[in-house]
Amino acid sequence: MTTAAVPQHLQRAEGILRPGNTNCAGCGMSIGLQWLEQALEGERPTLCIPACCGIVTAGSFPTSAYGVPTVATTFASVAAVASGVATVYALNHEPKLTVCWAGDGGTYDIGIATISAAAERNEDILYVCYDNEIYGNTGGQRSSATPLGVKTSTTSTGKAEPKKDIMAIMAAHRVPYAATLSLAHRDDFVRKVRTARKMKGFRFLLMLSPCPTGWKSEPEESIDLILTAVRCGLFPLYEVFEGRRYRINVRPDGTPLENYISRQKRYRADLVDLELLKAGINAQWAYLEAMARTFPAEEPE
Amino acid sequence: MARTLETGNHSAGYALAVAGEANRFGRGAICGAYPITPQTEIVEFLCDFQFTKGRVIPVESEHSAMAVCIGGSLAGARAFTASSANGLAYMNENVFAAGYYRLPIVMVGVNRTLGPPWNIWTDQGDTLSLRDAAWIQFYTESHQELVDTILVAFRVAEDRRVLLPALVAEDGFVVSHTQMIVDLPEQELVDRYLSPLDLPHRLGTKGLTLGGMTFPHETEKHRREIQEAMERVPQVLVEAIDEFEKVFGRRPHGLLSAEYTEDAEMVLVACNTMVRTLRRVVQRRRKQGQKVGLIKVKVFRPFPRAEMVRAIGSAKRVGVLDRNHSPGSGGIFWGEIAASLRQRPDVLLQDYLVGLGGGDVTPELIDEIFDDLAARQVAEEPIWKEVPA
Repeated sequence: MTTAAVPQHLQRAEGILRPGNTNCAGCGMSIGLQWLEQALEGERPTLCIPACCGIVTAGSFPTSAYGVPTVATTFASVAAVASGVATVYALNHEPKLTVCWAGDGGTYDIGIATISAAAERNEDILYVCYDNEIYGNTGGQRSSATPLGVKTSTTSTGKAEPKKDIMAIMAAHRVPYAATLSLAHRDDFVRKVRTARKMKGFRFLLMLSPCPTGWKSEPEESIDLILTAVRCGLFPLYEVFEGRRYRINVRPDGTPLENYISRQKRYRADLVDLELLKAGINAQWAYLEAMARTFPAEEPE
Repeated sequence: MARTLETGNHSAGYALAVAGEANRFGRGAICGAYPITPQTEIVEFLCDFQFTKGRVIPVESEHSAMAVCIGGSLAGARAFTASSANGLAYMNENVFAAGYYRLPIVMVGVNRTLGPPWNIWTDQGDTLSLRDAAWIQFYTESHQELVDTILVAFRVAEDRRVLLPALVAEDGFVVSHTQMIVDLPEQELVDRYLSPLDLPHRLGTKGLTLGGMTFPHETEKHRREIQEAMERVPQVLVEAIDEFEKVFGRRPHGLLSAEYTEDAEMVLVACNTMVRTLRRVVQRRRKQGQKVGLIKVKVFRPFPRAEMVRAIGSAKRVGVLDRNHSPGSGGIFWGEIAASLRQRPDVLLQDYLVGLGGGDVTPELIDEIFDDLAARQVAEEPIWKEVPA
């Protein structure tokens, strides 16, 4: 493809994600990768990606939709492979950034021991989990990131258990930085990536990533769904420093939860207990507000 | 260091460490370390070693130990680790990944019986279960051979004509936890023997995805390239041994060693420390005028089929001592040797399953096997030679 053939709005320098990748329309990961690229201002990280949609994104050999050096790791190994890569960069005094880009299956489930160990060792890694709350690549099975009541191909009567709180798990490792990313709050997203970039050690970013295929939602509504998830309080935007100091970035504005779930067919009225979901959201906010009040972050925003 | 009294595991740890240290002029050394009996002292030794440019990462599992080696190797470092039995089984996925990524990682496999039921003694079934993982496999009979083979393994694995990982096996406890006089070569000599690693496909600045998706025809090409690299190992190994002799003044074994086979009518095949016992029995029987010989298999992958046929020569009776068991088949070495002898229907090939779960393979047991082989009219299914309780 010549440069002239690329529409103006798609033209950009050789970055992280090239045009012509295999992602579905409305995939949150595609936007996340572009914002990551913008936040890093031309810096070219090394990507370590386990089995997930994120590695299918690359396309098939010898083409690659990634414009930066990328390793396709085994499913559970991304944080360990990245530990090796980052270590050798450090041994050679190369100030390169090593990024893990992984889905919720590779983060919450099969990779959790590896991630826990890399976090405990405080490896110099920027870990981004794009969380679509499902095994999207295999056609939509439940993961421990799937919310309560959601219908998946392995939870036909709705998931019986609430979503795992991965942020609390990472905070409990006392990693230098853990934060949530919204695809509807670009400035906040970019600032958090840059905050993380300036730090050393294990940094964890959690991005709620719409998956129209798995969520049974309209692709053009993806960003608005995330905006609604933040506004109704379902997906809190906050930062945790050293696992102890909390800062809330955006608070709920009273938007009804129904505005979020009614637009996704994975939430079925007969399987979802709205009151239980709302109780979970309220409990989460009570906890976050208490932490932010008692242990406020001193770091500048 | 030079000649010293040392355990097998500390000898292996030393060899891995000095090989890693030799890459201080390159991109350094890396090791993912995780303990398991009877390998633990190797990673303990490595954790204590003061690398000029290297890091040992104590990880949470064998699976991650190999993953660290993969990441470190991809970034250009000399990578190594060690494991045993269920550790190797847990590591399995990434063992295959290392082979398929074509990374010259060296791993010491301290042979131990796979469980359950739990048994910590030697049995080659653990490392042999990795035979299809695109790794070169060496089997060693002594502390000195272990040390020398580790250094040779790096040289072969890193050769541009090969670029495959290598596993060096030693018997758990029989070697790992016993002491022998061993020559541990000085760093300066190892520096001369192992030049800095220059991995052609290491992570650079280009936008390439390593290990991404391929379609069948590319996958087939990839597998054939691995096969061709395996086929180049014998030549590269000879060169590595020649160079080893020049630098260190002694000559390690090659693919296999045929001993007392020239006029032998009957030959037994073995690997690891079983070879040492077998050698004594053969020497005794030779003194008694019996035409018996032995073949020591040093390299299991690539399997030296042509060399095996040559080594068997005119012998008409061949017995295999298999300290491993592939359920539903038999001994794994036997299967390979049978494939090697497919054009030699005149050879009577009998498999003996011996020393499973670490049972002693005694001179008496080997005598029984020689007697059985000598009296045998036809070959049977693999014979279980169990140790007395």
